[in-house]
Amino acid sequence: MNLLSRIVLLSSVACAVSGALASEPFPSTYQVPISSPVLIQGATVLTGTGERLDGTDVLIANGRIQAIGKGLAAPGDARIVDAKGKWVTPGLIDIHSHLGVYASPAVKGLDDGNEATAPVTSNVWAEHSVWPQDPGFETALEGGITTMQILPGSANLIGGRSVVVKNVQGVTYQAMKFPGAVYGLKMACGENPKRVYGEKHQAPSTRMGNVAGYRQAFADAQDYQQQWDKYNRELSEFSKKKAERADGGAKKSKDKDAAADKELTPPSPPKRDLKLETLAEVMKGNIRVHMHCYRSDEMATMLDVADEFGFKIVAFHHAVEAYKIADRLADKGVCAAMWADWWGFKMEAYDGVQENLAIVDFPERSCAIVHSDSADGIQRLNQEAAKAMAHGQRAGLTVAPERAIRWLTANPAKSLGLQDQIGTLEAGKGADVVIWNGNPFSVYALAEQVFIDGALRFDRAHPASKPRSDFLLGRHIAEAL
Amino acid sequence: MKFLYLPALMAGGIMAAQCAVAQDFVIRGATVHTASAKGTLKNIDVVVRGGIIVAIGSDAGTSGAVIDAKGKELTPGLFGGLTDIGLEEIAAEAQTVDSTLNLKSPAWDQQWRPELDVTVAYNPRSFVVPITRIEGVTWTVLVPSAEDSIIGGQGSAVVLDGRYNAALSGSRSLFIQMGAAGAKVAGGTRAAEYMLLEQAIHEAHAPGPIGQGALLHAAGREALTRYLSGGRVVVQVDRAADILSVVTFAERNGMKPVILGGDEAWLVAKELATANVPVILDPLNDLPTDFDRLGATLENAARLQRAGVRIAFSSGDTPQARLIRQLAGNAVAHGLPWESALAAITSTPADIFGLGATHGRIAVGQSADLVLWSGDPLEVTTLADQVWIAGRPVEMKSRQTELRDRYVEKVKAHQAR
Repeated sequence: MNLLSRIVLLSSVACAVSGALASEPFPSTYQVPISSPVLIQGATVLTGTGERLDGTDVLIANGRIQAIGKGLAAPGDARIVDAKGKWVTPGLIDIHSHLGVYASPAVKGLDDGNEATAPVTSNVWAEHSVWPQDPGFETALEGGITTMQILPGSANLIGGRSVVVKNVQGVTYQAMKFPGAVYGLKMACGENPKRVYGEKHQAPSTRMGNVAGYRQAFADAQDYQQQWDKYNRELSEFSKKKAERADGGAKKSKDKDAAADKELTPPSPPKRDLKLETLAEVMKGNIRVHMHCYRSDEMATMLDVADEFGFKIVAFHHAVEAYKIADRLADKGVCAAMWADWWGFKMEAYDGVQENLAIVDFPERSCAIVHSDSADGIQRLNQEAAKAMAHGQRAGLTVAPERAIRWLTANPAKSLGLQDQIGTLEAGKGADVVIWNGNPFSVYALAEQVFIDGALRFDRAHPASKPRSDFLLGRHIAEAL
Repeated sequence: MKFLYLPALMAGGIMAAQCAVAQDFVIRGATVHTASAKGTLKNIDVVVRGGIIVAIGSDAGTSGAVIDAKGKELTPGLFGGLTDIGLEEIAAEAQTVDSTLNLKSPAWDQQWRPELDVTVAYNPRSFVVPITRIEGVTWTVLVPSAEDSIIGGQGSAVVLDGRYNAALSGSRSLFIQMGAAGAKVAGGTRAAEYMLLEQAIHEAHAPGPIGQGALLHAAGREALTRYLSGGRVVVQVDRAADILSVVTFAERNGMKPVILGGDEAWLVAKELATANVPVILDPLNDLPTDFDRLGATLENAARLQRAGVRIAFSSGDTPQARLIRQLAGNAVAHGLPWESALAAITSTPADIFGLGATHGRIAVGQSADLVLWSGDPLEVTTLADQVWIAGRPVEMKSRQTELRDRYVEKVKAHQAR
């Protein structure tokens, strides 16, 4: 194979892969801001790696954690934060948010979370619905949230792509988009899709209809991928032949060469199908599946569907019955993202228990996550964890703070594939850090300072400096009668 | 686990034999949060006889069983807020929901049914009842609603000990939906809410039968009339301007208003204090979720309290009524004094619903609705060790604890971390 054909082949592969890997449409414009070093002194540090370090310093510089230890020396230009009696944790990560897509105010004009017009809409991307002015972003920041995954809603079997954002104020979502984070795909089990489409008298209207829907979608994507594979093979053949002719052409007469060239027509590529393209990327492992699923039996069904089509579900979301299959989830390396205590609002949430997180966390290699799915809950993820700890304790499943913090940091980072960048306080990691006024697993705990990539994004002592959505401008003038 | 289970087991053991009748006992040595003017009393004994608190003091009353509560905290049984406990099993399953009237009448042909009282539909055998009460919630106020009228109907406070006749007398109230949500069923403008209310009040006062186009039936006129001479009317409304309009309207028509929601109530705190109108709010509401709540803030509760407005808390969430303490704790974190936060989920709602003489406080003569806690009652990591309602110990079990026990054993048996 000569150099030319190799280049052609490479570019055709890139073409076929498209979306997640290729031309990177809608690239992130987020840049780590320049900020002076910060030395946080004498805090109780929950590292997110399972350790609790008392009376410990954390040094932040150049957007990264530089060091964690006792009696660290401060660089000359460092701001010193006296954190005696305070607690320090990694920035909190919520992998189930609809901020921006179901924004406040919840008016029709901002109702952009569910493309509920077809049960499979893997072609839609949540980021195109994100309204960066949702005031929910800033209230979440006050609760210590530094990263979130924004998902489409759960009306559809396959709802579309998620987007991972840093919780920084931006006029565009691209300015918030987490650089290099891979996409997630939102899928949904159970009542929501079957209700939404059942009411329209179309499929799916049952759980068996749901499963048929996922399977057909992925079968179509397999077929689509085969078309691309075939095209790529033909293109490669074509390139090879063309190159051979070019090599041999010098020896032959000009007339003959021209005639032969006419026979060589390049294959035409299949038409891009944005829906199937996303699913094909899922099957290649380039997009991570986050699946809304309440019941344990349905989660088990979906693990089998994933096996059938060779993709991985990284996390079940809501997972109200995850406690019934805690061992299986741990064995499979699948995370469960849960509320502390939501239950009862629909039949598939009827078996909710307040020990769900603690039970799911118990087996070895488990991956329990606290998520919000709520513009209110996201402000208090630490309290959700605290409630689950208390109920776990009463059931004989003691979870120490240094372990529970992983539900909000390291485990969600892992589910997003960002565990090398965020989720723990370790030298070299991005400096997403929260300073709490005390033990964060308390109803009285408040985040005092929130850093994202080393930049102070929220400071409770200086309310005037906190981010304020464009939407809320003018409010204080109207209030001051 | 060793420590946490002990008190519950002890109390349960002592009480095991007497399920049916209220028992005489003394809770010894607890830190007692009275939710009354007496505040918090340390190392105090509370004596219960015949379901009533008969003495509070040091070493008071030694007859009957003794519950050692040293190092524990005791509060009155908590208010669960305004809910549909016992009226709604699963919100998304219509056949399990009895809280909402839907006569499917169009806006121009409205039928108002203030005579509807949802209390009669209360089911004390609902699974939600034990799930809620083992978290320390001993009573709630049932809220009716209507899909095509701003008048929801009437509801009463009920006690959550499983009795059939659960309504607490004197607590019956009329519920009205105003603001943007009311405007939707009143014909598109919130002004029509007042127009229709005026019409209904005229009908109620009218001497004879009303002709075509009447909002009210005879029974409805009779029911509404009861509220036009000092009756308690709970009005759901959030916008500051609407709150003031409601207060003015209610007073002009002889109704005693209670504001429910009140996300912007802090903006008119002074006026509410002067008019002595209480507010039942969710102190966690801080987002401008609609244009009636642009002023929502986590400091709503603290600001209202500072202005002298009586406040109580309610999330309005039926399955999660048990989280009422979390609302109170967060209000404290955002500036509300701890004692006021406790009052907002005990004595103040009892006063608002006319039950203050018998419920909501730890005081002599009050019903022995008590909760013994493992620590600070407003802290999310604290759990109820034992609950008593009318002097009877509650079995600290529910469908959820049975699910828990089944699967905890399973996961423990499989592998240890």
